[in-house]
Amino acid sequence: MSDKIRSEKNQWRKKIADSKMRDVSFDTVSGESLESLYTPDDLGGFDYLKDLGFPGQFPFTRGVYESMYRGRLWTMRMFSGFGSAEDTNKRYKYLLRHGQTGLSVAFDFPTLYGRDSDDPVSRGEVGKCGVAISSLDDMERLFDGIPLDKVSTSMTINGPAAILWAFYIVTAEKQGVPPKKLSGTIQNDVLKEYIAQKSWLVPPEPSLRITVDTMAYGSRYVPRWNTISISGYHIREAGSTAAQELAFTLADGFAYVERGIQAGLDVDDFAPRLSFFFNSHIDFFEEIAKYRAARRIWAREMKNRYGARNPKSWLMRFHTQTAGCTLTAQQPENNIVRVAWQALAAVLGGTQSLHTNSMDETLALPSEKAALIALRTQQLIAHESGVTATIDPLGGSYFVEALTSRLEEKAYEYFEKIEKLGGITRAIEVGFPQREIAEAAFQYQKAIDEKRRIVVGVNDYLIEGEDLEIPILKIDPRVETDQCKRLERLRKERDSGKVKKALDDLRNACGSRENLMIPILTATREYATLGEIAGVLKEVFGEYREPPIYW
Amino acid sequence: MTGPPGAGKSTLVEKMTALFRKDGQTVAIVAVDPTSPYTGGAILGDRIRMSSLFCDPGVFIRSMATRGSSGGLAFRTREVCDLLDAFGKDVIIVETIGVGQAELDVADTAQTTVIVLVPESGDGIQAMKAGLMEIGDLFVVNKSDRDGADRLMVEIQMMLDLRPQCEGWRPGVMRTTASAGEGVDELVRQIQGHRDYLKKYGILGRLRKDNVRSAIVDLVRQRLEEKFWENAGIRSVLDRLAEEAAGGKMSPYQAFERLLEAREQNGMKPSTNKEQSDHVR
Amino acid sequence: MSRKLRILIAKPGLDGHDRGAKVVARALRDAGMEVIYTGLHQTPQMIVEAALQEDVDGVGLSILSGAHMTLFPEVMKRMCEEGLEDRLLFGGGIIPGEDVETLQKQGVGKIFGPGTPVQAIVDYIHETVRVGDV
Ligand SMILES: Nc1nc2c(ncn2[C@@H]2O[C@H](COP(=O)(O)OP(=O)(O)OP(=O)(O)O)[C@@H](O)[C@H]2O)c(=O)[nH]1
Ligand SMILES: [Mg+2]
Repeated sequence: MSDKIRSEKNQWRKKIADSKMRDVSFDTVSGESLESLYTPDDLGGFDYLKDLGFPGQFPFTRGVYESMYRGRLWTMRMFSGFGSAEDTNKRYKYLLRHGQTGLSVAFDFPTLYGRDSDDPVSRGEVGKCGVAISSLDDMERLFDGIPLDKVSTSMTINGPAAILWAFYIVTAEKQGVPPKKLSGTIQNDVLKEYIAQKSWLVPPEPSLRITVDTMAYGSRYVPRWNTISISGYHIREAGSTAAQELAFTLADGFAYVERGIQAGLDVDDFAPRLSFFFNSHIDFFEEIAKYRAARRIWAREMKNRYGARNPKSWLMRFHTQTAGCTLTAQQPENNIVRVAWQALAAVLGGTQSLHTNSMDETLALPSEKAALIALRTQQLIAHESGVTATIDPLGGSYFVEALTSRLEEKAYEYFEKIEKLGGITRAIEVGFPQREIAEAAFQYQKAIDEKRRIVVGVNDYLIEGEDLEIPILKIDPRVETDQCKRLERLRKERDSGKVKKALDDLRNACGSRENLMIPILTATREYATLGEIAGVLKEVFGEYREPPIYW
Repeated sequence: MTGPPGAGKSTLVEKMTALFRKDGQTVAIVAVDPTSPYTGGAILGDRIRMSSLFCDPGVFIRSMATRGSSGGLAFRTREVCDLLDAFGKDVIIVETIGVGQAELDVADTAQTTVIVLVPESGDGIQAMKAGLMEIGDLFVVNKSDRDGADRLMVEIQMMLDLRPQCEGWRPGVMRTTASAGEGVDELVRQIQGHRDYLKKYGILGRLRKDNVRSAIVDLVRQRLEEKFWENAGIRSVLDRLAEEAAGGKMSPYQAFERLLEAREQNGMKPSTNKEQSDHVR
Repeated sequence: MSRKLRILIAKPGLDGHDRGAKVVARALRDAGMEVIYTGLHQTPQMIVEAALQEDVDGVGLSILSGAHMTLFPEVMKRMCEEGLEDRLLFGGGIIPGEDVETLQKQGVGKIFGPGTPVQAIVDYIHETVRVGDV
C-alpha cells in the first residue's frame, strides 16, 4: 500500500518538477521548509493510539478534556487596566457589576521591576502601562470593597511575584478572608523573564528558590491558587520561532517541576496547578501543530520522566493570546483579519482561554471599539464558524500530523542542547536561548526587508502617503506625584522600628532554608514597601544583568 | 582578566572596581571583544555588566574590538593603557576572552594576569590552550556557588605543581561567586600581594622594559609589512601566484620567493591607493 | 582606509522590549560598525557617560514605553553639556509625528517607526555621520 503511494507520489513529483513556481518563500514563518503536498508516507511510524489517543486521555494530543468545546467553550479572558489604584478599583467594580467573576491585574513597569513609585528610575513610568502598587496600602485600595473570597484574580507579575502575592494575601487577611479561600493566578514564571521579557529581580538561581517557596507555600496554605503560569507568549514576541517558543517554554516548565521535586514536594501535589500561556502567531498550521505537540510532550515527560501518577499532572492547560508583534501600524484595520485567524488557530489547537488583541494595540492602549471587535471575533468563532462542534478537527491531516511531529522533534533537539549546557538556568546564563531568539528575530526582519516574506501594508500593498496616526494615551502626571506623596506619608506613619526588624529578619532568612514567604508576609504586614523588600532580596542575592549577546 | 567566554569576568571586574573605589583609587577598564571576521563589525557588550559604575567619575570604561589579530590588538591595548596611565588612573583592568593568540598577547602586556575559570572548565582544563594556564599569576574559580568548584581548585593546584616555578611567587588559587560579590575582596588582596611581589623583586621595571621592547617589535612588524604592500600591483601579483599555487604549480614558499622577486625587479612604485593596505591597520 | 564607525545602542526606561534594539545592533555590526550595546534600563546620564567614554559617532535610543518626550531631550541636553553636540542622536520606537517634529527641532536626528527596514537605518548612519580619516 504505502509503496504504491510512494511510487505514485514520485510520478506526480516528476510531473510538477518542471512547472513554474512563484518566486517567494514557502517556508513557515519560523523558517520550517514545507512540502507542497503531504501524503500518508509523511507520517512515518504513526500510531494512532500512541501518538493521538482520545481527547481527555493520554497523551492528550487531541485535547485535555473529553468533550472539549461541546462541553464548555474556552474562557474569553481579556487582560486590561492602568492608572492609579483607585481608578483601577473603580474599573474592577464596574466589571464585577456586569457579571465578570475574574479580575486580571496589569501592573506598571516600576512594579513589574520591583521598584517603588518614588524610586528615581520610575520617573515618567508610574501608572503608565498598568497600575502602580508599591505597598500593602496600595493593594488594599486596589481591592477596596471587593470581597476576595468571591473573585478570582490573575496577576501578571514575575520577578517580584512573591511580594505582590503577599500584599494580596494580607489584603484578604484584613478583609477577614483566610488564604485557603483565595483563588487566582500569579504568572511567577521568572525563567522566561531572563529569556525574553526582562522584568527580573535577582539572578536565576535565587529567583527559582523563591519560586519554589511560593509553590510550597501555595500547596500548603493557598490550595486554590495557581502559583505559576509558564509562558511562551513573551518568548515569541521577542522574535522566537514556533519551535523555540515550544522548546524554551517546556524546558522552563520542566525546570520548575524539577525544583519542586528537589525541594521535597510531591509532584502530584503541585503539577496539577501548573498552567501554560502560549502565543498564537501568524502561521496558521504551524501554530496548531505547536499546541498539539506541546500537550503530547508535556504529558509524556510528566508521566515518564517525572513519575507523576495523577492524570491531572499530565495534562497541559493553557491560555493563548494572539501575537501582538504581527500587528502592523500600517492599515491597522487589516489587523482584525490577522487576529481572526490567529484566534481560530488557538481554538483549533484546543486552548482553554484566549485573549484577542485589538487592531490598534501596536500603537497604543486599545480603544473601546477595537477591544469590542476583538472580543466579538472570539464570539464569532465560537458561535458562527462551526469549528467548535468537532474535537481536534485537523487531527489525522497528513500535513498537520507531520508538522506536529516535526515541531516535537525540534523541541527535543533543543532539550538536548539545553541539557548539554547544564540545564535551562545555565543556558540562560550563557545567553543561549536569548541568542537563538535574537538570531530568529534578525532572520525574520531580514526576510521582510528582502521581501522574501510579504507583510501586507508594510513591504507590499502600501497605501501611498498613508498617514500613520499614532494616538498616545496621556496619563495624568498627577498619578505619579500623588503616588509619591502617599509613599512619603506611609513611610512616616508606619512603625519604622518594626519595619526595620521585619526586613532584618527577611535578610537573615535569605541565608537560611526558611520559606521566604513567611518573612515577606511579616514585612508586608508592617507596610514595608515593594522596593524595600525587593531591595533586601537584591542585596543578598545580587542584581541580575543580562548576558551580552554575540552572534 | 582573562578566561573562557561567560566565566564572569565582567561581573568580577565590576565588583573589584567597586572595592578599589572604596579604597579611594581611580579605575580604568578596557574591555576587549572580538570583531566578526566576516563583516569587520563587532558588538561590544561587556559594559552591560558594569552599569553600576557608569556614573562614577572615578571610573572610565572603554570597549575595544579586536579588529583582526596579527598582533595589532596587543599593540593598541598597550597604547590605550599607557594613555590611561598618563591620565592618572590608579588601576587599569583589561578584560579579554581567553581564546586565541591575540588575546593571550594582550594578557602579556599586563603586570598581573588573572585567569578566571568556572567549575565546568574542569573537564577541559587539560585540553585548554596550554598558553592560558601558563600566563596566570592568579587563578579564580568563579561561580563557586556551583558543584565542582573544589575539584577544579585541586586540579589547578596540581597543574601549578607541574608548572615551572618562579622565584618568590606561587600563583594563588581562590574561589569567588562574582554575582553575589563573594570572594572578591580576597581577589583584590591577592592582586595587591602580587604587586608587592613585583616591586620587591624589581620585576616591575623589567616588565616595563619587556613591554616597550615588544611594542618596538610590533612596530617593526607593522611598518615593514605596510611598506611591503605599499607597491601598486603587488596584490595582483599575489593573486596570480595564489592561483598558480592553488592549482598545484608551486608551493606557498615558492610563491613567496617569486613575490619577493617580482617586488624587487619591478621596483614597484608606492601605491596612491590606500585601500591596498587595508588589512594592516 | 576609513575609520570604523562606533555606535552606541541604548535602551532607556524600564520596559524590556529589546527586540528592535537587538535587531538593529546586529544589522549595524553586519554593516561593519562597532556597536556598543549597554543593555536595558539605562538612565540618560548613563547613556551619555557611556557615549563620552566610548567616543562614539552616534547614539541610537530605542524607546517603546511612551517616555520619549522626557528621554530624548534629556539625552540631547546632556550630550551638549559633555561636548558631544556634533554626534548623531537618532532613535526608534512608536512615536507620534508631532512629537517627532518637536524632537527634530531640538536637534534629534531621524526617528524610525514600526516597519522600517534595517538597511534604511544603516544607510542613514553612513550618510549622516561625518567620517574622518584613519
Ligand atoms: N551562578 C553564578 N553566575 C555568575 C557568577 N558570576 C557571573 N555569573 C553569571 O555568568 C554570566 C556571565 O557573566 P559575565 O560577567 O558577563 O562573564 P564574562 O566572562 O565577562 O563574559 P564574556 O565577556 O561574554 O566572555 C552572567 O549571567 C552572570 O550573571 C557567579 O559567581 N555565579
Ligand atoms: Mg565580559
